[in-house]
Amino acid sequence: MTQVLSEVISVRHLWAGYEGENILEDINLSVRELDFVGIIGPNGGGKTTLIKVLLGLIEPQQGEVKVFGKSVQKGRKYLGYVPQFVECDRAFPITVWDVVKMGRLGKSSPQKDNEKVTEALGQVEILDLKDKRIGELSGGQRQRVYIARALATEPKLLILDEPTASIDPQVKSNIYSLLKRLNEFMTIIIISHDIGAISSYIKTVGCLNRRFHYHQGKSINLNLLERLYQCPVDLVKSL
Amino acid sequence: MIEALQFEFMQNALVAGILVSIACGIVGTFVVINRIVFISGAIAHAAYGGIGIGYFFQFNPVLGALVFSVFSALGMGWLQRKFKERADTIIGVMWSIGMAIGIILIDLTPGYKTDLMGYLFGSILTVSKDSLGIIFILDILIVLLAMLFYEEILAISFDETFAIIRNLPVEAIYLGLMAAVALTIVMLMQVVGLIMVIALLTIPAAISGQYVKNIKLMIIFSSLLGSIFTTIGLALSYRFNLTSGATIILVAGITYLISLGWKPIFLKFQDNTPHPKDNLGKKN
Repeated sequence: MTQVLSEVISVRHLWAGYEGENILEDINLSVRELDFVGIIGPNGGGKTTLIKVLLGLIEPQQGEVKVFGKSVQKGRKYLGYVPQFVECDRAFPITVWDVVKMGRLGKSSPQKDNEKVTEALGQVEILDLKDKRIGELSGGQRQRVYIARALATEPKLLILDEPTASIDPQVKSNIYSLLKRLNEFMTIIIISHDIGAISSYIKTVGCLNRRFHYHQGKSINLNLLERLYQCPVDLVKSL
Repeated sequence: MIEALQFEFMQNALVAGILVSIACGIVGTFVVINRIVFISGAIAHAAYGGIGIGYFFQFNPVLGALVFSVFSALGMGWLQRKFKERADTIIGVMWSIGMAIGIILIDLTPGYKTDLMGYLFGSILTVSKDSLGIIFILDILIVLLAMLFYEEILAISFDETFAIIRNLPVEAIYLGLMAAVALTIVMLMQVVGLIMVIALLTIPAAISGQYVKNIKLMIIFSSLLGSIFTTIGLALSYRFNLTSGATIILVAGITYLISLGWKPIFLKFQDNTPHPKDNLGKKN
């Protein structure tokens, strides 16, 4: 393991929040290629805020964020984003195919678009659902649609915000094994408060509660978690 | 009934109804899926300010309404983007200010104001060949814009965050949509009047949205429904000597209410087909 994998995300002394209130305080983060990072932390700890900064949806108050060595606005085209849930999607008249095709926006050739959409749907194993209306799908199926949409953008890094919230455990572990397969050729950052579920898939864990505690490998201990959540944690076992 | 079609004004009215239904089907669909019905209603009423400007400065009030409503649409659209949920109060105020400007300017204009009621309550029977020409050009413009930017408008309508991350010009597309709403409203104004524009803009789209599975079909069905409503409304208003705009709106509104009641039955029927991939997870 002498090969040094390149840095895909670099965050230095980041402060961010909303309207004067700091949610993220002095965050430093470095994600290397082909890592599988799980970011855990309590609700309100700033997990989603961090993702928003990485995606350029909110501006940092201080600090520097680089995505693939570029500014967020330029680098985010390499990011595949899978949202927590998409509001107003159930009643929206749109087929699975058309949702995934949105991942091709801004790219040119129609022929390649169809190829990539088909490929993405194949990767998440829902090609046969392509003509279904999005509202007809179950939660797990819809989550796959959004993963496929992210894959259709041909990302180098996949960012998922609580991808398995409100999905039953069986489907959950299927989504995780899908991510594990994708991780063979793609860096992944996943946000979750479901520590137990993600622990056997991720390579690196970061704990976020305003401040960030980062661990190469999974050497996270109870002591740290307790400090992080500021209350006793007894759920953590398989780490 | 059929003999009515020999009158030129009836032919014009029929063509006007169908032409505005096309613009309505396109723009109304995006209004409904983007949930911008309120702001569209505000644009429609504020357009009265443009009518007043036209009367006062003695040029075509339709032209006044066109320019005024495009600007008020852009202003309201900008406010909506900037203040999100908190924008509704100020948009409501702009709606009233627009109307008030119109009323005051019309007060200040001497002489008898012909057609004034036509702008408020519609005057499809008096649509002239010239107006038809304007409607036709606006129609082509809206169809072209919709075809060119279909994917982009769809993307911001469905998931704006994703569109932003893909570096789409979200603001520009949204404001473009607002301008299209304004143009459509001015076309519709001549058919059903400013007061009732919002119904004809949204009802066809609201009905078809319940049954289709993509936006293209929603647009096509909305346009067809709009044409049917205006044609039936026109026929009924001719037969029973009723105000045409209001008759068209009633035909559309009653159909909408029926479709709301019928939808649960329709969905129940659809639900009989099981979703084979519900158990997808268990396969792996």
